[in-house]
Amino acid sequence: MENFRLLLIDDEEELVSTLVERLDMRGIEAEYAMSGIAALKLLEQKKFDVVLLDYKLPGMSGLLVMEEINKRYPQIKVLLITGAGGPEEEITRFIELRSGEVLLKPIDIEVLIETVKKSLKEK
Amino acid sequence: MDKISKKTADSNQESKTPMRSESSYKRFRIYTFILITSVAITPLIIMTLVHNHQYQKAVQTELIYPLTRLISNTKFAIESAIDERKAALTLLVHEKSFEAMSNEESLRRTFKNLKNTFGGFIDLGVIDSEGNQFFYVGPYDLKGKNYQDQEWFYEVSLRESHVSEVFMGHRNFPHFVIAVKHDRPDDGFYVLRATIDQQLLTDRIQPLDLGNSSDLFIINRNGVLQTSSRAHGGILKPFSLSVPPYSQQAEVKSNYPEAGSSQLVGYAYIDRSPFILVTVQDQRELLKNWMSLRNDPLWFLIGSIVLIIVVVFISSSYMVRRIRLSDESRAKLFHNIEYTNKMASIGRLAASVAHEINNPLAIINEKSGLLKDMVNFTEDFTQREKVLKLVDSVLGSVDRCSKVTHRLLGFAKRMEVQTELIDVGLLLKEVLGFLGKEVEHRNISVHFDLSSEDMTIESDRGQLQQVFLNIINNGFAAVPDGGWLRLAVSEVGMNKIAVTICDNGNGISKEDQKRIFEPFFSTKGQFGTGLGLSITKNIVETLGGTIEVDSELGEGTCFIISLPKKKV
Repeated sequence: MENFRLLLIDDEEELVSTLVERLDMRGIEAEYAMSGIAALKLLEQKKFDVVLLDYKLPGMSGLLVMEEINKRYPQIKVLLITGAGGPEEEITRFIELRSGEVLLKPIDIEVLIETVKKSLKEK
Repeated sequence: MDKISKKTADSNQESKTPMRSESSYKRFRIYTFILITSVAITPLIIMTLVHNHQYQKAVQTELIYPLTRLISNTKFAIESAIDERKAALTLLVHEKSFEAMSNEESLRRTFKNLKNTFGGFIDLGVIDSEGNQFFYVGPYDLKGKNYQDQEWFYEVSLRESHVSEVFMGHRNFPHFVIAVKHDRPDDGFYVLRATIDQQLLTDRIQPLDLGNSSDLFIINRNGVLQTSSRAHGGILKPFSLSVPPYSQQAEVKSNYPEAGSSQLVGYAYIDRSPFILVTVQDQRELLKNWMSLRNDPLWFLIGSIVLIIVVVFISSSYMVRRIRLSDESRAKLFHNIEYTNKMASIGRLAASVAHEINNPLAIINEKSGLLKDMVNFTEDFTQREKVLKLVDSVLGSVDRCSKVTHRLLGFAKRMEVQTELIDVGLLLKEVLGFLGKEVEHRNISVHFDLSSEDMTIESDRGQLQQVFLNIINNGFAAVPDGGWLRLAVSEVGMNKIAVTICDNGNGISKEDQKRIFEPFFSTKGQFGTGLGLSITKNIVETLGGTIEVDSELGEGTCFIISLPKKKV
């Protein structure tokens, strides 16, 4: 699956907007949301294949957002990005829930694309 | 403000050392020892003193009272012996007429009767008022001897009777005289004079054998011996002590002038005679049996004191040692907690710093990436090479920064205790990674010897990291610039691995080796807390392992850490 739609959820606009732009340059359709609520709204409107979720979000926590997505859109693959590891048990729980990947910031874009592709193949 | 912060720092310093000093334990031990010993010994000593005092009093009573009674009895015996004979003579002069006395045959018979009845009589004479002895019966030829000028004759003419001192006279053996006067109807008088053997006195004394050291004898009022004495010589020799003062009753003195301190002197004046009965006794001899009775409690006291001292010494030493050990373990625990707290704080700080830096780093990374993309995706970009080089340099720096932040985050994460599978070799390399710069700067060579194939163990990563960090850091501190450090991991039996960390530093002396794992022991002087190895040992033991040191002064040091493969 070469063409996929990506939703980036992170409160650092500078980071996500740049990432979206760079993904766009590589022909990958990507959009971003800066909070869990905004992301869920966007998911209602548009179709995405992969969600890249920052674990630390204002308001609704990354974990809650992930559980919500998991419930509503089980076909969507969720990957976690994190800047600072964070509480061990939450990350462990994420891995248990989704057997997904955790990407550490700063993210190399090529690694990101590779990881997304790999996770989509596993589906 | 400065003052306040200084004060806080000082109080922190105090709270960091709940240990007492060496000398205060010594003092504590001495005080405990003295207190318990004196409480235990004082009543014993008081009891012994009271006993001794009562004993002295009892002994005095026991000694003096019987002695007084003995002298008193002997005094009466001597008095009655003399009085008996005097009374016999008095009876004679009253019963027999002067004519009967003047009859030599009659006198001889009377003398014989006297001698047989009373004993002690040597001779008998009748003397007229002129002092002429006109009749005499006895072994000597003394008839016709005149006594008018003699003192005794003068005295008897005044006092009716007379008892003389012991003397030798012309008879040439010790004797004394009893003389009785009888008035005649024609205003004249005559005197019946009997000579008594001195043996009479000796016989009254001799049976009273009081033991080897005692002396019982008679002196006259001028201090001349009337019977022989053990210590003062034979009859008529002078008595070496002073003549005792007159007393009606028998007296016993323990402090008689000129007598030895251990001597008891008893005496009694023999009434109606010039004699004084004297006894000198050695108290020590008399008290010989009593002495052992007095010494028994003394030995008991000495024995008890020795026993008390030994027991108190051992128990107080034991007690203080226990207190000290508990103080030490408390202090160790205290420091462990403090150290762990400190490490946790550092961990939290590291995490928050890393987190704060990571986001801007991510942005720099993306922006640089975008810039790079823009160059790459624009075909006719001028100075493409130079810009790409610049961007790569920025990305390289970002990568370096992110490695640092991830390492910090990893450190913080590992403060939490958890067991996981750890590749010990990898972990050692990771720890060396922290110290990489020092290795380079000081040109220290590090050798790895990973002979074990399976170096994976079940343990706590963070704790183990701290152990290795401490030991390797110590190694680096010990080696000179250009020195080496050797790390080896090997299997020990089926269930253990051994991590050996050797350096070619200064080494540790044998004495210090025994103490390096003790808390607060430091060879680094004021630069060390003395806690590093203590905590290291603690952690290793908590993880179920052991740590040993092998060192040679000037050669280097090896630390051998054994760890179980499976979690304990």
